[in-house]
Amino acid sequence: MADLRDLYQEVILEHSKAPRNYRELATANHKAEGFNPLCGDHFTVYLTLEGDSIRDITFQGSGCAISKASASMMTQSLKGKTKEDAEKLFQNFHRLVTGKAKGNADQPDMGKLAVFSGVCEYPARVKCATLAWHTLQAALEGKQDAVSTE
Amino acid sequence: MSTVAKSPQLEAPPTATAPRAFDVEKVRRDFPILQMKVHGKPLVYLDNAATSQKPKAVLDAMIRYYEQGNANIHRGVHFLSEHATEEHEAARETVRRFLNAAEAHEIVFVRGATEGINLVVQTYGRAHVGTGDEVLITAMEHHSNIVPWQMLCEEKSAKLRVVPINDSGELRLDEFAKLLGSRTKIVALTHVSNALGTIVPLGEIVKMAHAQNVPVLVDGAQAVPHIPVDVQALDCDFYAFSGHKVYGPTGIGVLYGKSALLDAMPPYQGGGDMISSVTFEKTTYNKLPFKFEAGTPHVEGAIGLGAAIDYVNALGIENVGAHEHEVLEYATKAVSAIPGVRLIGTAKQKAGVLSFVMDGVHPHDIGTILDQEGIAIRTGHHCAQPVMQCFGVPATARASFALYNTKQEVDALVRGIEKVREVFA
Repeated sequence: MADLRDLYQEVILEHSKAPRNYRELATANHKAEGFNPLCGDHFTVYLTLEGDSIRDITFQGSGCAISKASASMMTQSLKGKTKEDAEKLFQNFHRLVTGKAKGNADQPDMGKLAVFSGVCEYPARVKCATLAWHTLQAALEGKQDAVSTE
Repeated sequence: MSTVAKSPQLEAPPTATAPRAFDVEKVRRDFPILQMKVHGKPLVYLDNAATSQKPKAVLDAMIRYYEQGNANIHRGVHFLSEHATEEHEAARETVRRFLNAAEAHEIVFVRGATEGINLVVQTYGRAHVGTGDEVLITAMEHHSNIVPWQMLCEEKSAKLRVVPINDSGELRLDEFAKLLGSRTKIVALTHVSNALGTIVPLGEIVKMAHAQNVPVLVDGAQAVPHIPVDVQALDCDFYAFSGHKVYGPTGIGVLYGKSALLDAMPPYQGGGDMISSVTFEKTTYNKLPFKFEAGTPHVEGAIGLGAAIDYVNALGIENVGAHEHEVLEYATKAVSAIPGVRLIGTAKQKAGVLSFVMDGVHPHDIGTILDQEGIAIRTGHHCAQPVMQCFGVPATARASFALYNTKQEVDALVRGIEKVREVFA
């Protein structure tokens, strides 16, 4: 049986209660909305891009502990990174939460994001962990329509 | 906070000598899945408003059909075909008695309540709702009783009007009276709310609607498992429900309609079985109910549903209702006493459903933590997003009860919620 504490790690709970970069971004030149219609989660991700560089990134919205903490930690880990870095990090994060990184020596160090490794034991929660990242992708691509996890 | 007493004469506590009216432990043994363990814990299944578990009698009836009775119906002169036809029609008669419909041909087999509603929308609705007309629904409908009407109103440039609910989740009858007007072509509403558990005072509503010559369609999906339904006493014009929520299989449901209305309606789908004769020039439609049952039907589904109703009847729907009422009252008291928990839907008359939210914890997280304790509840908007908007919440956690649930399971739920509080402390 999976231990609940593997999913709800202290860092995750802490971020869900006090999310970082949780505000509208006045200088944003990219933004996107993301929904998880299954559970009603709804986030907006704001980006200030300078060329290919993520100058600033914030988010707002409502969701479960996993989705909110994931959004919060995503914004922390992407400030100052390039679009390409962000895409790569999302790919690795996705592998992490879907369990594809398990026992894989090639898996790069995920830093703080490694706390989400417990998500792979809870397939129903993968969409929660990736909602902010999907929304980020839409914002980077400048898509106008809201993205949905379904 | 209290719920309706279904049958006052059953409220008296059983004495030491009198036999128990309802032996829940015995009932539980009829449901093989209830012996299961989930994540190493005994399954506590509290997601009955989504779908109910099936008693052995229902599973046996369907296996018996395939092992000893399978054939297409209304076609062959051979033994098996006649036998299958008889069983299928016997199930229709069982449903007729269950709803106390006047005639068996008023019972149309469909895939579920959703298809029943869509059938009425596409036939009666399209024939009677025109430009500027109004369809009246309520704020506590399931998406299945919103979206089909919305599609119709868009097609016909008609207007969808919505009767609001109060803070307890009860229908505002004063507003209903105001909204019911000369442009209203049909009233479509739920009997019991899937998200709140509210029992709607249908009798009054039907009277008010009929006084204006407006027919009433009832979504009974959440009602038939819990309360006796008599369509003649209610005098409603259409009544739809799903088999799988009342211990039957998925993919089978019922649309009841008054003979005169069904007769006058155009067919829903074309195909085999729904015709009397076909030439390339003209097709004559079959009589009721077959006019609405194109194609080979879900025979084992109907047989399974018949067996499910027989099962409920053997226990007595009043006994079932009284037992569930007791469990729901117990759960309402226990869960509302937990600090930081707020109940969503506190109508005076309720059946089967306990929706709640917790301070600082999203329902989805509640669901995951309870699941680890073997407790199955539903979290989310319950296909009733407008209800969530009424209460200003994105989602709720919902425990919903069936005839096999016990107070011990409620205790497990309460312990589970305490665990949620610990994790999120």
